[in-house]
Amino acid sequence: MDSTTLVAVISIFTAGITIAVGAIGPALGEGRAVAQALQAIAQQPDESGTITRTLFVGLAMIESTAIYCFVVAMILIFANPFWTQLSSATGG
Amino acid sequence: MTISPDDMVFVELGPISLNATVVTTWMLMAVLVVTAWLVTRRLSTQAQISRWQNLLEVLVAGMRDQISAVSQQAPGRYLPFIGTLFVFILTANLLNLVPGITPPTASLSTTTALALCVFLAVPVFGIARDGVVAYLKQYLRPTPLMLPFNLIGEISRTIALAVRLYGNIMSGTVIVGILLSLVPFFFPVLMQLLGLITGVIQAYIFAILAMVYIASASAAQKADDQREQTAERQTLDTHQSEHHSDG
Repeated sequence: MDSTTLVAVISIFTAGITIAVGAIGPALGEGRAVAQALQAIAQQPDESGTITRTLFVGLAMIESTAIYCFVVAMILIFANPFWTQLSSATGG
Repeated sequence: MTISPDDMVFVELGPISLNATVVTTWMLMAVLVVTAWLVTRRLSTQAQISRWQNLLEVLVAGMRDQISAVSQQAPGRYLPFIGTLFVFILTANLLNLVPGITPPTASLSTTTALALCVFLAVPVFGIARDGVVAYLKQYLRPTPLMLPFNLIGEISRTIALAVRLYGNIMSGTVIVGILLSLVPFFFPVLMQLLGLITGVIQAYIFAILAMVYIASASAAQKADDQREQTAERQTLDTHQSEHHSDG
């Protein structure tokens, strides 16, 4: 295996692992947050406006960790700097 | 496959290149300005109002409500900045549905520019409200040991703001692009509908987070003052009730 193939293999594998592992944590966190918010709304329906707004802002915060992983995976696949460097060095 | 609208270059003039992001942003700005000008040219206070005026009134009233709910302050000072952010990002995200146009928020350059606006607006609003010394003092809260962490937090939340919006919108565009080559026609449409929800929510979240960041500095100070006041009042009350029970 030459180095170009090695970079391709590792990039693709890491992109998959990145998004797979990176989705687990936020999914658990968002599930917990939504469950708690539903419970809170059920107990205090009058406060549903405040709870919903805080929930959305919190979900965005939690979700951004997954989005970082997604961006890293996208960079690894579509805009990999090492791949570009190697392919320009070998003239391919 | 291009991942960013920055790569679609129309005209190149030396170091300056005119790419799809810039062109779409300009078109969007023109559309927004012209629409707002056309609608607000003939405003009426009668019971009968045009549907466009109705739309803008709902939008402005909704934003004022949200701003005052989040910041616990009068919304007037923040409305121009936060409202512009919201309307611009909302319409930019909705451009996802227009064929042939990549939304400008799918480029990291646009979202970074917007996040930098928020980054600068925080000290501007803070200093205008509390003065330079009081604003700088809040970096030393709760103890001066927290100064580096406060500074890191300031920078990291700006990056988070930019990458969050970029990642959400770019992911919608890219996933639809990938799906089009795998399962054309039906499934991509569903993903675009999901992108519609994501776009609206992300615009809302960007505006709300900007408001939270701007309000947090002065709100923290106000909360401290209030806590001291209520604590004093409570000690006074307990003293009085003790006197009453004694008598």
